[in-house]
Amino acid sequence: MNRFSQVSPRRRHHGVTAHHRFAPTAVVAASLALLAGCAAPTPASSPTAQAPQTLTIYAAASLSGVFDTLAAQLTTDNPSITVETNYDGSSTLVTQISEGAPADVFASADTRNMDALAADNLVGPSMLFASNTLRIAVAPGNPLGINTLSDLARPNVISVLCAPQVPCGTASATLLGNAGVTLSPASEEQSVTAVVTKVAEGIADAGLVYATDIAANPDRIEGVTPAGAADVVAHYPITIVSDSAHAAAAQAFIDLVLSPKGQSILAAAGFLAP
Amino acid sequence: MIPRLLYIPASIGLALLIVPLAGLLLRVDWAGLPALLLSKEALEPLGLSLVTAFISTILCLLLGVPLAVVIARSTPRVAGLLRALVTVPLVLPPLVGGIALLSLLGRTGVLGEYLELVGLRVPFTTAAVVIAQTFVAMPFLVIAVEGALRTMGTRYERVAATLGAHRSTVFARITLPLVLPGLLAGTVLSFARALGEFGATALFAGNQAGVTRTMPLAIYTAFNGSGVTTDQAVALSLLLIAVAVIILVLIGTRRAAVLS
Repeated sequence: MNRFSQVSPRRRHHGVTAHHRFAPTAVVAASLALLAGCAAPTPASSPTAQAPQTLTIYAAASLSGVFDTLAAQLTTDNPSITVETNYDGSSTLVTQISEGAPADVFASADTRNMDALAADNLVGPSMLFASNTLRIAVAPGNPLGINTLSDLARPNVISVLCAPQVPCGTASATLLGNAGVTLSPASEEQSVTAVVTKVAEGIADAGLVYATDIAANPDRIEGVTPAGAADVVAHYPITIVSDSAHAAAAQAFIDLVLSPKGQSILAAAGFLAP
Repeated sequence: MIPRLLYIPASIGLALLIVPLAGLLLRVDWAGLPALLLSKEALEPLGLSLVTAFISTILCLLLGVPLAVVIARSTPRVAGLLRALVTVPLVLPPLVGGIALLSLLGRTGVLGEYLELVGLRVPFTTAAVVIAQTFVAMPFLVIAVEGALRTMGTRYERVAATLGAHRSTVFARITLPLVLPGLLAGTVLSFARALGEFGATALFAGNQAGVTRTMPLAIYTAFNGSGVTTDQAVALSLLLIAVAVIILVLIGTRRAAVLS
């Protein structure tokens, strides 16, 4: 590049324009104004009985299928309520809610993540509504003959687990610890559905998932019940987020989940009673 | 004249870049593709991505072009410092950008704390998506435009000025037309970068359908997510590849048109 030929004219030019330089404070002020303009809040819909409102539910990934059914049921019962759902690992949802994500209802796959939010008064009191146990997920037909937890540690078996922060990871660690199996998984996933995908796609040979995940994906994965599975039970609490602008609708959803109808929908999906 | 041996690593390199995309194409379920692409799960993120990337690109232009002009016409020392500062987000992993934005604008952030007091909450809104995209995309525009300005020099501008042209006339009639190829390339690059933005968005804006779930987040959700088949992720990826190819073609033809 012809660097040298440019340096001197630029300097001279700079001398000419110096008195017209941008005022940095004005630029900063303008950018802040822009940011604020972007962030203009949408008018919050009032939580009155019949006004159309959108209820935002943050729920553990393992609840995805059954909460879609329950959300549809809520809209059938209350046509003014539309439901938006966000399914992810409970710990991811906890971070999002504590950073101010606009959730109304939070359902976790363990009490630890719920307690983390409750400790900061970000959620109201919670109710247990279901429970779940672990299964070994394998490819349909179980081609590698994986029947026990120690089979997961076999050198020819690619195993994936949930990360220890997410409820299924905590439960998996307890289950493996109880059985005295040490395991270095090929990957630690941030939600149980990611483990399901890895096994269903054949990326991994086996993984620990919930019994309900096996039930929800009958054609893609097969479940093996490991010894001691019944001793490690994941309890699911549900609550209203403190900042919710739709507390009444949130309560309606929680009432539905706890009602006999809601409980039978959960049971049909393979969830155990709380 | 190059050593023949170079062709071996060169072809491996090319294969590494191209063969995975071919693998993706082989995996596409072409029969089911129209249904997947016309579903709400595909159209909603596509619309959101196009709208947010468009707004981000406009913001990049409004803020980035003046920044590029300031850098290009600063003393070499100041220019070097400014250029280094602008390049930081470019070399930073976008996830770090997301955490940085949260630290500034999050509920407990340096600035977010005060925004909260006046009822403004930026994270987990569509505005957060735009801010994250602008954060990662603007350096591309600034670097491209600044490079073009520097290569161009100031000779024509000075001649125009000595002939009595007003400062704004010089900018509009001399500077802008001369940097147009760089400006176009920078615009297209920042649009593409905004469209593909994942890391900063995931942390700063979250993953809410219709609000912050852009195409990359929809692909991630479809692949790692709930009950949705990975076919959806493949279909959405195909859509982004198509957009990327269109963008490349646009750059190619536009640049040729500008240069001719």
